[in-house]
Amino acid sequence: MSPSLPNVTSKIWPGTGPDDAYLGLVSQGPGRKVATTLGLPAPVELRRHDPARPTVSGPVVVLSPTSGARGPGETAATEADDLATHLLGRGLEVHRHGDDLRKVGAVVLCLTEVRTPSDLTAPALELGSVLRKLAPGGRVITVSRPATGVALGSAANLPASGDSQDYTAVSRNAARQGVVGFLRSAAQEMRGGATANGIVVADGVSVSAPSVAGSLDFLLSGRSAFVDGQFLVVGTDQGPADLAQVPQGEAPLSGRVVVVTGAARGIGEEIARLLHTQGAHVVPVDVPAAGQPLSTLANELETASLSLDVTAEDAGQRILEHCRSRYGRLDGIVHNAGITRDKMLANMDQAKFASVLAVNTEAPLRITEQLLADPMADGLRVVGLASTSGVAGNRGQTNYAASKAGVVGMVAGLAPILAARGGTANAVAPGFIETEMTAKIPLARRQVARRLNSLQQGGLPLDVAEAIAFLLSDSAAGISGQTLRVCGQNLVGA
Amino acid sequence: MTAQNTAASPQNPRPESGGAEVSAPSEATTSNRPQPRQQQTAWVVAGNRTPFARSGGPYANTSVQELFTAALDGLVARTGIAGQRLGAVAGGAVLKQPKAFNLVREPVLGSALDPHTPGVDVQQACATGMETTSLIANKIRCGQIEVGIAGGVDSASDAPIVVGEGLRKVLLKLNRAKSPKDKLMALSKLRPADLAPVAPGVAEPRTGLSMGEHQAITTARWGITREAQDEIAANSHHNLAKTWDSGFFDDLVTPFRGVTKDTNLRPDTSAEKLAGLSPVFGKSLEAEATMTAGNSTPLTDGASAILIATEQWATEHKLPLLAEVVDTESAAVDFVDGEEGLLMAPAYAAPRLLARNGLTLQDIDLVEIHEAFASTVLTILAAWEDAEFCRDRLGLDEPVGALDRTRLNVHGSSLAAGHPFAATGTRIVATLSKELKARAVAQNRPVTGLISVCAAGGQGAVALLRAYPQS
Repeated sequence: MSPSLPNVTSKIWPGTGPDDAYLGLVSQGPGRKVATTLGLPAPVELRRHDPARPTVSGPVVVLSPTSGARGPGETAATEADDLATHLLGRGLEVHRHGDDLRKVGAVVLCLTEVRTPSDLTAPALELGSVLRKLAPGGRVITVSRPATGVALGSAANLPASGDSQDYTAVSRNAARQGVVGFLRSAAQEMRGGATANGIVVADGVSVSAPSVAGSLDFLLSGRSAFVDGQFLVVGTDQGPADLAQVPQGEAPLSGRVVVVTGAARGIGEEIARLLHTQGAHVVPVDVPAAGQPLSTLANELETASLSLDVTAEDAGQRILEHCRSRYGRLDGIVHNAGITRDKMLANMDQAKFASVLAVNTEAPLRITEQLLADPMADGLRVVGLASTSGVAGNRGQTNYAASKAGVVGMVAGLAPILAARGGTANAVAPGFIETEMTAKIPLARRQVARRLNSLQQGGLPLDVAEAIAFLLSDSAAGISGQTLRVCGQNLVGA
Repeated sequence: MTAQNTAASPQNPRPESGGAEVSAPSEATTSNRPQPRQQQTAWVVAGNRTPFARSGGPYANTSVQELFTAALDGLVARTGIAGQRLGAVAGGAVLKQPKAFNLVREPVLGSALDPHTPGVDVQQACATGMETTSLIANKIRCGQIEVGIAGGVDSASDAPIVVGEGLRKVLLKLNRAKSPKDKLMALSKLRPADLAPVAPGVAEPRTGLSMGEHQAITTARWGITREAQDEIAANSHHNLAKTWDSGFFDDLVTPFRGVTKDTNLRPDTSAEKLAGLSPVFGKSLEAEATMTAGNSTPLTDGASAILIATEQWATEHKLPLLAEVVDTESAAVDFVDGEEGLLMAPAYAAPRLLARNGLTLQDIDLVEIHEAFASTVLTILAAWEDAEFCRDRLGLDEPVGALDRTRLNVHGSSLAAGHPFAATGTRIVATLSKELKARAVAQNRPVTGLISVCAAGGQGAVALLRAYPQS
């Protein structure tokens, strides 16, 4: 936590900044000096995706336990090589040591072959030695294998590997889970809008699997700006074999028909806009009462809107009918429609509790079931909207947290059903996002809520949309049943 | 040249009417020759309107251009045709500011449509929406355009206020005056009374009577009871409320300015409650005054629009063929000397339209009679049942006959929804088209509907729509 970390001067990246006056004040110039001197939070504007700029802020260093002199870790070197090869294929400058570099854009730690906790020491310290060179908006990414029996996302559901009677497996399990604590702490030490995230690759799945490569692309890029301290779990080697040949920035959702519920406003509007930018035919859905903003959005995206209440018994059928008649296909659905009816539990009434569950969880459950009854839903990508409230709980939100944790459970339960149909189900759990809704939180509470994460600022609807677009893309074909938090490593909830 | 014509040209390289061509041109020149326009069927494929609001309410500060733009944008969004060039958009308003000479073109420019889409202003009082439907449907039927929008808008809240005749003449003279002396001379003619503004009236210029007073005379002439009128009004509110609750309007109405439902709608009204209201029209007549604010339409703000297209265009754009615009007819009556009631023209137009299409009233599955007043509906129905009227006025051997009331205004009409004059026609066309299509599919047979709209000036417009189970 050195105050002498270089290059922390802010870089204003293009894109829509949050309406966060404090961020504007301290992200540069004298305001920044005052804030850092006083030990106040010193957030900077995050590096977000911009096709006109390089995807990474500088050279990428790939480290592994064998990048030092080591004995039996030959495969790790090979797996680190595989990762380096992918990055080279992306046109990035890749190094295996950071010693000679003045500036580093990202560090990738390949920890897939750790056998005992002490295997973490060398790569951890090597990362520490290059951290001071990490550019603003830099990235640290670990690539590791899952510990069994430990809930990491739903990594605990992944098949156990090896012989559980073998005590070396216990030691390895400790080492693997050690990566989690290490990464999450490192993430909290990042400065200048840099983030640290991990990719957990199931045993039996190669680090060259499309979704490992896709996850690397996503986490390195500005598309993951507000994803921090999180793990993407790659469970299968599903996905296009030629992912490495797919240039980034091209429309990865080209030709896909994706339904977005609750699209008229806020995060949903941004999701629809981004999916459209990425080439998807977006079907924006919202309640009839939101028809005016929904029409404006549909006209902007030159698509047809669909007015319906997601809680209607036949909502799924009407979505199918719309997609069938207009496109003859359906590739994905983002269950974004959601409501809050906050009340302390002692004051909660039937209507407030039931309506939140009905909209946030029951509707996605029913709609998805109806979609899956149709062959058109083969290969369907489902993305649910959870919330950090659903992960960590939140005072006054027993109903909302129940509904959002329900979404986490829903996608985990849907994953095997969709796997049989060639699809995936995942959720995104936003933390504090700058929206019309959070703008209504009283100023003081809002300022505190914004700073309660490692990036010390609220995320943008675009950040949530980017994570969703990633989960809908072929890059994430091997990721299913997971909930990805987009919260800047919110300190509330692990 | 339409895609339809291009596609058809190989099968029909020479026009049927090409007899005027003396020498057969070479193949090359044949393809350059103007293609014959082919007769097309005009299909209503989608509709949209703003919720209707009582004047002086939520749209009080909204212009008719803004209202019509909202109706267009909602229609464009629902059909996914943003950025597309249409053959024409026809619309109009009864209450129109002089500066809004391009009332339709301006909203087209402000909408999500391709700005290369022309706009046409049409006006036939309350039948404006019927006439725009007729205009666009006929352009399509003649093969001139493949797709167009018909609509209408009105806002009594945005009505023009004009200066009095005295001030107007002074101002015009002042404008022509060249010397300061002439200008002073012009101004000296001004009298204080000239400064009072003139608000628009709904009185008939030739009789000085308001529409309500005219209808009161007709109501009395036909002996229409207060109870029958209140029953029509209560049914209108109940039917419209049911339709709103069913979600039927989810794809026919787009909320505007925070209004999500017609503000005039009173779901809990009843014939008993309506019976308590005092009469407002016909109080100077000998007969009992029966027309109240409850069984007359209020001044209303709102806009509506429908998309009409050829089958090919609709199919290419994945839009359903809701209903065919089969035929339309207009009529006018001489109300000035009291020979006929002001709003009775549809009673003449509809039988002519039915006869021309080989139909009787009893062949019609659904009938929409615009409720300018509850008694307008009742006097028209009474006239059709009256053998003398049908013989003497319509020249029919047999009366048009009684209408099965279960076929009348099944989704409510203007008494409940309100009546933004020019917007009513396309409100009805959209609602009826969707209902006809649903019935055609459910009953697996063609289903036909008739629309009747009366209008100021003793005019009326009627239309026949038909939906088919296929497509």
